[in-house]
This record gives sequence, structure tokens and C-alpha cells, in this order.
Amino acid sequence: MSANAIRANPTGGFPASKVLWTIVGWLVVLVFFFPVLWMWLEAFKTEPQAASSPPTIFFVPTLLEFQEVMSGDFPPFFINSAIASLGSTLLVLVLGLPAAYALAIRPVKRTQDVLFFFISTRFLPFAASLVPLYLLARDLHLLDNIFALTLIYTTINLPLGVWLLRSFLLEIPHDLFEAARVDGASFLTELVRIVVPLIAPGIAATSLICLIFSWNEFFYAVNFTSSTAATAPVFLVGFISGRGLFYAKLAAAATLASLPVLLAGWVAQKQLIRGLTMGAVK
Amino acid sequence: MIAVSKNGGVRGPTAASVARRDAWLRRLPLLPAFVYVILVTQIPFALTVYYSFFSWNLLKDNSFKFAGLENYARLLTDESIRIAVWNTVLLTIAVIAISVVLGLAVASLLNSEVFGKGFMRTLMIAPFLIMPTAGALIWKDTLLNPLFGLLPYLLAPFGLGRVDWVNQYPMVSVVTVEVWRWTPFMMLIILAGLQSQNPEVLEAARVDGATAFQAFRRITLPLVRPFIELGALLGSLFVVQTFDSIFMLTHGGPGEDTTNIPFLLYLVAFQGFNIGQASAIGVVAVILTTIIATVALRTLFSIFQVEARR
Repeated sequence: MSANAIRANPTGGFPASKVLWTIVGWLVVLVFFFPVLWMWLEAFKTEPQAASSPPTIFFVPTLLEFQEVMSGDFPPFFINSAIASLGSTLLVLVLGLPAAYALAIRPVKRTQDVLFFFISTRFLPFAASLVPLYLLARDLHLLDNIFALTLIYTTINLPLGVWLLRSFLLEIPHDLFEAARVDGASFLTELVRIVVPLIAPGIAATSLICLIFSWNEFFYAVNFTSSTAATAPVFLVGFISGRGLFYAKLAAAATLASLPVLLAGWVAQKQLIRGLTMGAVK
Repeated sequence: MIAVSKNGGVRGPTAASVARRDAWLRRLPLLPAFVYVILVTQIPFALTVYYSFFSWNLLKDNSFKFAGLENYARLLTDESIRIAVWNTVLLTIAVIAISVVLGLAVASLLNSEVFGKGFMRTLMIAPFLIMPTAGALIWKDTLLNPLFGLLPYLLAPFGLGRVDWVNQYPMVSVVTVEVWRWTPFMMLIILAGLQSQNPEVLEAARVDGATAFQAFRRITLPLVRPFIELGALLGSLFVVQTFDSIFMLTHGGPGEDTTNIPFLLYLVAFQGFNIGQASAIGVVAVILTTIIATVALRTLFSIFQVEARR
């Protein structure tokens, strides 16, 4: 890959142009990264420093605002986000793995249609089912309930999960499954003992994508929860009003709320690409 | 299969019934996910279609009554619907076009001979991973804010010091934040395409006297075109649903200047509690999205088929 990249150099490979393109590249990347960096810087300032004009560039970093956020009302929101994201990811794997297995290894008639149906539901706008789901949740007293939100996130991620897991399963040599079946392994044994270890990277990629989408999800969170089940993005809504200047606190909360997905995405960049392109790019 | 049928024939049940049982067993693992998806997406959608023919406001008791095509008629005449459709189209096309161009540029940079490629890519994908609500707030309050923001301060020498970006140029602000978020997405997909290129082809072209630009246009671009299409189509399916940044930055305003279909739906359903009208908007949104999604999925399937042929 690096050999490709080096030889595909459009500039001809002179050291001078290499330096030039490196500088251009870093400038562009830093422009894109700057808002994130600025968020971090603001988070380590005091409130007067964060809301000063001209902006404070040099300052002594303080953890004051992080402590403020963590000792305040933020933790329950964070925990709700964790429950909804991890819970829905787990459900996607439990429901999606057998389905993906059936579609990849034991194709039946109309497999392609079933697959198309699954994935098309991912792109159904939330407008399609929003009103009935809201009325149902209201009538069942499940508004502001974190498990109702978990089920909604499962719906959002399941189609992508089935699709992705299937694309990983297709890469496993068919003989392995045949061998297991001859040995008399039951379906569940086959799934747990053979399939799961073989597609561990696929499960990681699927989980990552599910986590990103459900952790960052806002539309259902803000409309289906109010207080007890509200998630981290809903906590940030409290900063919109603009009354009073809480920029440092806002930056600290935004940093903490973004951290899990940022770290997970950075650690698993390869899985990220595969997941975002629905398995099309390996 | 044949062995099973023969056994079945001896024991009693006919071959056909065993085959049917076998087919059901094959489908069984599919069933939980299938039933779940139908329960949570298809049945509610059917109800949405049903409600769209009724006039129903949750805030008024006993307001549920048949309205025929009234909700749809209002969609055609209501100014705010037209504005929302226009804003959705404008936002989607602007964000996708700009982020594809920028994404292609950054991907080309990262695919060339530069120092610190891996680290550059790591930093570059951060805007996509940051929680959208958090990113929008950071832009609004610490970068674009006319009093304390960094951008007006940096632009002051150019006479743009006191521009209130979010209020004076609301759509520009929303597009900027969304482009910032989606460029890394395009970059990742296009970079993967560039890296699948065989460098020897480019080298041969250079030997034959092609300039770098010619080689890029004639060789690289056709090769990464499917990846650009994939990125643009998948991206547009997400961008038509933009809600977070609009909610945080402009709340659809000023006036209705940045109200797109999802935000209008939010206003009608959760501020006005007008269930019938919201359902009609939902049905129209589904039709519009289905058109894009059909094209997107076809592209996706064709890429998979190309992969399979290799």
C-alpha cells in the first residue's frame, strides 16, 4: 500500500515538491482538525478566558470545567448513551448474525430480494415511521424510557448490521461450514464455535458502525426522551440558549461526549472505512 | 438433500414435505431479524400512510376525523413546505458537491508522497467522528460567534470582523459545518479507491509523456469514479436527513431560511402535534428518498458484482 502511494506520486517525486505537498497537506488537514483542537483548548480554559475578546491563545490549562461537568448533572446522560449504544449494538449482533448467516451460507430463493429489503429500510427516512412509533411509545408509557430508545437504535442499525456481517461471511471458505455440518454440529454450535471466531474483524467493524450511529443519534433522542432517559447529545441542547457565557463548560461537555466515538474510530480506522462503505471498500 | 429425501420416503413423510421443512429450517435464522424489521418499520409506515388521510391534532380532543387528500393538498399549496423542499435540495447538493471536491483533493494529497500520511488521515477523520450536536455548538459559540468567536477575530483585518455568520448567512453556516463533517467521509472512500490503483499504469502513462494532470484525468479519475459515486450517494442519503446541526445552529431560522424537511417534520409533529399533516410529509419524504436510495443501492450492487467478477 505504501509502495503504491509512493509511486503514485503525481508530482514526480522531487524532494522539493515532496516538501511543498507535505506543507500543503498539513495546512489543509489542520484547517479541518482545527475546530476539534479549539474545542479541546477551550475545555481547558477558565470561563473568562474562553469568552475573551481577542481570544486567549496562551493560558495555564485547568481541569476545572471537566470537574464541573463530571460532578454536575452530566453523568446520567452519559450512562444513558452507553446503555442505548451498547444495548442496541448487542441486539443487532444477536438478531443480525443468524440472519446474515442464513443469507450468506444457506441462500434460499429470493435471497437478493430479502437483502435489498433489509438494506432499503436503513434509508427509510425517520419521517416514515416517526408518528406511529411516537404514538405507540406514548400509549405504552415508554416515552422517556431508555429501553425504548435502545429498540429504536436497534432498528436503525440492524439493516446495516445484517448487510455488513453478510459481506464478511461471504469471504469465509464454504468448506469450513460443510466440515462442521458433517461433524454433526448443531446450528448454534456452528454459529458460536466457527462463525463468530472467523468473522471477529467483521463483528468489530459492525459494532463500531452501530456504536457511532447510536452514540451520536439526536433526532429520536431529543423527541422521545425528556429527562430520565435523555442521552449525551440532549445534554448539549442545554447550552443552546446562549444566555450566560458557558463556553469552557460547553467545550468540556462536548469533548467528553465526543470522546468514546472519537477514540473508537481512531483505533479502528480500517474497520471504519469498510463499515461506512457498507463493505464495498476492503 | 437427496439423501434426506430418500430417508423421508421410507419413513413416511413425503419427499416434498421434507424438502419444505428443510427450506423452512434454512430460513429460520433469518426470521427474528426479518420479523423485527417488519414490526418496527413496515407496520408503522403503513400507519403513517393511513394517518396521512386524517385530520388529527394531539392537542385537540376528539379531533381525529377523515380528511381525504386534504393534507396532501396543503402540501402543494403551503409555502413552508415548498421552502423546506427547496432548502433540503439546496443543502444536500451544496454539501455533497463541495465535500466530494474537497474530499478528492485531500485524498489525492494523502495518496501522494508526503510526510506523516497516517497521522494526517487520523486527524482528518476527527470531524466525522465528533458528535454532530457537539461539533455544531463548537462552531456556533466558539468559532462563528460575532463577539467572542475566533473567526470574526481572524477576519477582522479583512473587514469581516463583526459579521454574525449564523444569523446573516444561516445557510452558508449550515453548509460549512456539514461540509466540515462530510469531507472526511468522502476522503476516506475516495482514498480507498486511489489506493486500489495499480501504480505501474500511471508510471507507464508518464513514460509515454502524459502530464500529471492528463494522467489524473484520463486514468485516475475513471478508476475512482465508482468510489466517488458511492460516497456521493451514501452521503446524500444521510445529508437529506440533516437535523442535528440545523437544530443547534439556526433552529431552522431566521424565519424559515434553514428549515429543511426533517426540521419541518419536527416542527409539525412535535411543536404543532399535527399528526395528519406530519404523516403526509412523511409519505412524501419516503417517496423522495426512495428515488435516491434506489439509485444508490443499484450503484452499490454493481460495485459488489464487479468485486465478484475479479
